[in-house]
Amino acid sequence: MNTVQFGLDTFGDVPTRDDGEVMSYPEAIRQVVDEAVVADELGVDVIALGEHHRPEYAVSSPDTVLAGIAGKTSRIRLGSGVTVLSSDDPVRVFQRFATVDALSNGRAEVILGRGSFTESFPLFGYDLADYDVLFDEKIALFAELLTEKPVTWSGTTRAALDNADVFPKTANGLATWVGVGGSPQSVIRTAQYGLPLMLAIIGGQPERFLPYMDLYRRAADQLGTTAHPIGVHSPGFVADTDEEAAEIVWPHMKVIRDRIGALRGWPPIQRHEFQAEIEHGSQYIGSPETVARKIAKTVSSLGVGRFDLIYTSGTVPASARLRNVELYGSKVLPMVKDILADSTNGTVAA
Amino acid sequence: MSGAMAKRLTIGILGSGKVGTVLARLALAAGHRVLISGSGDPAKIRLIVGVLAPGAEAVWSAEAARDADIVVLALPLGKLESVPVAELDGKVVVDAMNYWWEVDGIREDLTDPRVSTSERVQAFLPGSRVVKAFNHMGYHDLDEGPRPVGAVDRKAIAVAGDDAEAVASVSRLVDDLGFAVVSAGSLRDSIRLEPHAEAFGANEDAGTLADMMARFDETERGRAVAAARGADASV
Ligand SMILES: NC(=O)c1ccc[n+]([C@@H]2O[C@H](COP(=O)([O-])OP(=O)(O)OC[C@H]3O[C@@H](n4cnc5c(N)ncnc54)[C@H](OP(=O)(O)O)[C@@H]3O)[C@@H](O)[C@H]2O)c1
Repeated sequence: MNTVQFGLDTFGDVPTRDDGEVMSYPEAIRQVVDEAVVADELGVDVIALGEHHRPEYAVSSPDTVLAGIAGKTSRIRLGSGVTVLSSDDPVRVFQRFATVDALSNGRAEVILGRGSFTESFPLFGYDLADYDVLFDEKIALFAELLTEKPVTWSGTTRAALDNADVFPKTANGLATWVGVGGSPQSVIRTAQYGLPLMLAIIGGQPERFLPYMDLYRRAADQLGTTAHPIGVHSPGFVADTDEEAAEIVWPHMKVIRDRIGALRGWPPIQRHEFQAEIEHGSQYIGSPETVARKIAKTVSSLGVGRFDLIYTSGTVPASARLRNVELYGSKVLPMVKDILADSTNGTVAA
Repeated sequence: MSGAMAKRLTIGILGSGKVGTVLARLALAAGHRVLISGSGDPAKIRLIVGVLAPGAEAVWSAEAARDADIVVLALPLGKLESVPVAELDGKVVVDAMNYWWEVDGIREDLTDPRVSTSERVQAFLPGSRVVKAFNHMGYHDLDEGPRPVGAVDRKAIAVAGDDAEAVASVSRLVDDLGFAVVSAGSLRDSIRLEPHAEAFGANEDAGTLADMMARFDETERGRAVAAARGADASV
């Protein structure tokens, strides 16, 4: 089954309403649910919600929102992107997503990650100095839990487990990915556990990641694990024209990028940098045709099995966001599928 | 990349993460020999090196330091204490590191505006000749950036150091790897390349990068640094 999956990802960015006011958090969460319902109707394969703990984002508990979406949708897969495993309890993560899996008739999936933000560490009482060991130990435990058999485990980051059985069991196993930025060590770790790799490509040319994909496959080969189809996720936005899409996104993405950049010591983003990312980087912004061409190019040049568009960017107005979801489902994806079908069949899907 | 026949050097790279593997690839492409290390046993990084920088040799950090003409520090700044000080003695050492609190933890010493982080690196490696370079450009820009001399879209790397000869050799290396060189003064001045300076993150041509550094004193960060340094000129 070599079909490429297409998804929509969000961190639950708090949008503005049409009257220009910023939405409340409850409204922002319901907005995500509404968007997921539209995506489901239009045949988008998966929606993934990323856990964040910052004022700009409403989703800190992806699984709870996914449970809400589960009751209103029938076929879209329900994912997290990512679940910050380092500052969570693997047993709890498994239980929560197994529960969503039950509520959704087997549509849940989890993307485990270290997260590109670190707010969850102080919030839940973890020390950033333990960043590596927290993830290493917890992903090892999570991989055990995925067998859905009693687990015996000990480590330094949580209480030991002695033949502990964890419930609920799922019907067909819990789909689990590992989200990775640019760290080669993380790619190898993913292969070590035989889990599928989801690459966050948020800047620069997508083709730059080909060596990382090669690394994943070769590591799986050497370690005797399975190399699964690889997924990528990148930011973007669809509107009726290229110009409109860029104009809608720019002021909102600039605010959030500059605010987060300042914490890391980056100067404010310049318009030409944004434009360069649209033209030959990792921003999939434009008309349905433009975005479809760009997605198809990435899917075929990287040979990935899944492409997710991070469709929100700060306070972009809710109505434009909904339109973005509609265009992605109704126009972009059919075009991408056409382009991929027209190109050499054998090379498009992983 | 410089067009002229560059002398083949042995470049040691401590760190085989995002930046280390990119710099290894660029150095190999420029015809240099590359020794690269991680935090421990080279066996752990052999696959990474084999795939991401084929041709580079995975070694222990001490070997990379000992056998190289120029050693690049491409590890987290918070791990500085783990570098092989004795083997780095007398070497030209390129400091490509930045203080990154999410990785290094909250460190008062590394955020003191009176002292650049490269001055700290030099103080920790008193026998080495430290030169700051490559720190301000993101690893994917480094990856995509190399261009031959004379290319209109050639990007620049700022180079700062206190030892003129060491600065000259690192500048030649920067040029070999495919970037224009912008002189950024002393290690003390290299605070203009650190996080919170306008040049941090810069993926620009030489003129633009030079302008950014020239106007540092007029920026908010520049004024804060000047005020802190003026208040205590002894540091
Ligand atoms: N990311 C960027 O875009 C960028 C750009 C310019 C400069 N920088 C700076 O470059 C440095 C490296 O960043 P990165 O993004 O490449 O980090 P990274 O991907 O996390 O890689 C860090 C590497 O350093 C290694 N390491 C740790 N201790 C070491 C030691 N004692 N000797 C040798 N290697 C050691 C790690 O090996 P293990 O896995 O074995 O621990 C790992 O390979 C940082 O100071 C960063 O601020 C980053």
